[in-house]
Amino acid sequence: MSETLALTRIPLDDYAELLGAGEIEELRALAKPLRGRSIQMVNSTAVGGGVAEILMRLVPLAEELDLNIKWEVMTGGEDFFEVTKSFHNALHGAPYHAKQKDFEIFLAYNERNRATLPLDAEFMVIHDPQPAALIDARKAGSNHWVWRCHIDLSHPHRGVWDFLEAFVSRYDGAMFSSPEFSRQLPIPQYLFYPAIDPLSEKNCDLDPVFIAQILARYRIDPLRPVLTQISRFDRLKDPVGVIRAYRIVKRYFDCQLVLAGGSASDDPEGAVVLKEVLREADNDPDIRVIELPAWAPLEVNALQRASTIVIQKSLREGFGLTVSEALWKKKPVVASAVGGIPIQIIHKHTGMLAHSVEGTAYQIRFLLSHPEIAAKLGEHGHQHVKESFLITQKLKRYLTLFLTMARGS
Amino acid sequence: MKTAETPFEFVTVSYLTRIGNQSAGTLADLLKGLEDCSDASIFHHTFQTLGSHHFLTEGFSNDFAQWVLADTNRNDLAEQLAALDIRDYVSIAALRSDLCRVVRDFCEAFSHFSSQSALERFYFCESVEVTAPLGRSARTLDEFRDGIAHLSHAGFYFHFISSRLRLQLRTNDFSHWLSDGLGLQTLGESVNHIDIYTNTLDGSRAKLLRLIDRERRKA
Repeated sequence: MSETLALTRIPLDDYAELLGAGEIEELRALAKPLRGRSIQMVNSTAVGGGVAEILMRLVPLAEELDLNIKWEVMTGGEDFFEVTKSFHNALHGAPYHAKQKDFEIFLAYNERNRATLPLDAEFMVIHDPQPAALIDARKAGSNHWVWRCHIDLSHPHRGVWDFLEAFVSRYDGAMFSSPEFSRQLPIPQYLFYPAIDPLSEKNCDLDPVFIAQILARYRIDPLRPVLTQISRFDRLKDPVGVIRAYRIVKRYFDCQLVLAGGSASDDPEGAVVLKEVLREADNDPDIRVIELPAWAPLEVNALQRASTIVIQKSLREGFGLTVSEALWKKKPVVASAVGGIPIQIIHKHTGMLAHSVEGTAYQIRFLLSHPEIAAKLGEHGHQHVKESFLITQKLKRYLTLFLTMARGS
Repeated sequence: MKTAETPFEFVTVSYLTRIGNQSAGTLADLLKGLEDCSDASIFHHTFQTLGSHHFLTEGFSNDFAQWVLADTNRNDLAEQLAALDIRDYVSIAALRSDLCRVVRDFCEAFSHFSSQSALERFYFCESVEVTAPLGRSARTLDEFRDGIAHLSHAGFYFHFISSRLRLQLRTNDFSHWLSDGLGLQTLGESVNHIDIYTNTLDGSRAKLLRLIDRERRKA
């Protein structure tokens, strides 16, 4: 059976203090013509992953605006999720040997969900490839269907994309996190950024005493500059490159490096990368390699807030929301110009972009030498996130999309 | 206190960004894109970007200038593009024409730079605009002041910046109503002289409120 999720209420007015009453009034004004009209979000998981995390906050906020919104989760067996995981990797460009059986499994589960899910809302928002074939349930001219793609389709496996495109092309529109991630399609494509919630545990204000406790727990000196990269131990996040950049900076500044990410214990590749990182760190007492539990939002929040500079030296990246998390905390960020990062970091305005180990080291040294510029970048970064990457802005974008579709643009 | 016959109706705006089918990897591509893209795209990368980056005052003017600076490292061209002031334009066609002229002149003068690959591509996008009335109006200067003080950034941007294209005049909604609605031409002109490039949107609003307060003290 499919699942309709009931969520805890999040009062919209809680955001007024952070954003200003005018911004909340604006959301209410935009939502007014949509009051009572039905919206359905459909994805493939109720917990875990960025999509579920966003919907968990977005849906209750939309309810606050008197929208008749429901979140449905499609169901599938192990075989379905194995196939969709392969599709996911293939769409990211990983090698994949397409088998007819895989496509049949995909279609069979979509057909089963079409029979059980009430797909009759005025605005249907289908998230990611797993439920894409639910579009077959659409009755001609009956309602608006949009497909929200959270993954990077810039270099997809041809066979998998050809298969999916046949469904996607029948939607009224598709949303991507970056223009770079989109495809040439016969339907309108819109830019929809991922978002952070300023009131979530990962981003809310913290008591300085708690931050001090976290620093003490990981033996980080609060009196010396702290450079931090928060990301899983993955070669694409280039933690070894971060250490090399730190070593260049260290020649000029007595600083510390924190590399913190989810535990590598259940990820064989992560464990290998962690070993490489520890080898590169070579017992440097000023490098802290921290394996965080899978869900440690308060620790991440505290480490970001305690940082002098936050680094995101990825070699490839999706959107890279850790950048927005750091910017929201007014931290100067030095990051690679890959994936969605340049959308968040406007070079020399909201942070510094770099293209190499040496470039990363140079920008860090520059900011350590010019704390007033670092502070200004952090302030502008905070404003940039407030304007574009908060959950309330995402809600506004959805309202605008529904209003646009309703008026037939 | 003066009362206007026609009230000022406060409105807000929201934009959806539509991804276009064009992108540029060189300055020559940028010129081609500028010539071919839709009016909504020129609007998005000039007028609308000023609204969404309202907190920046130093050196940020439009997306084209920022890309030329950050991704092609042509500071001279970036400076010329950034110097194009949207307040000088009442039509997108005129703005497009000047953007094209600046890039074309540069490419002709420095042809070896025009085909050099940029660090990152430029993607042409378009703005899709949706407006919504806020259910608040003003007939007096006091009501007007109150309405402005409560506007969101987008609402303030809509009336103060993007209105120039709508009105097809070298002014904005606020100045227009102060002059025509309340007969306060001098105040209207002073408001129109607030520099949106060297002030943030919040800074512009603060200046506007100060000008109104000065006028109220006169009454």
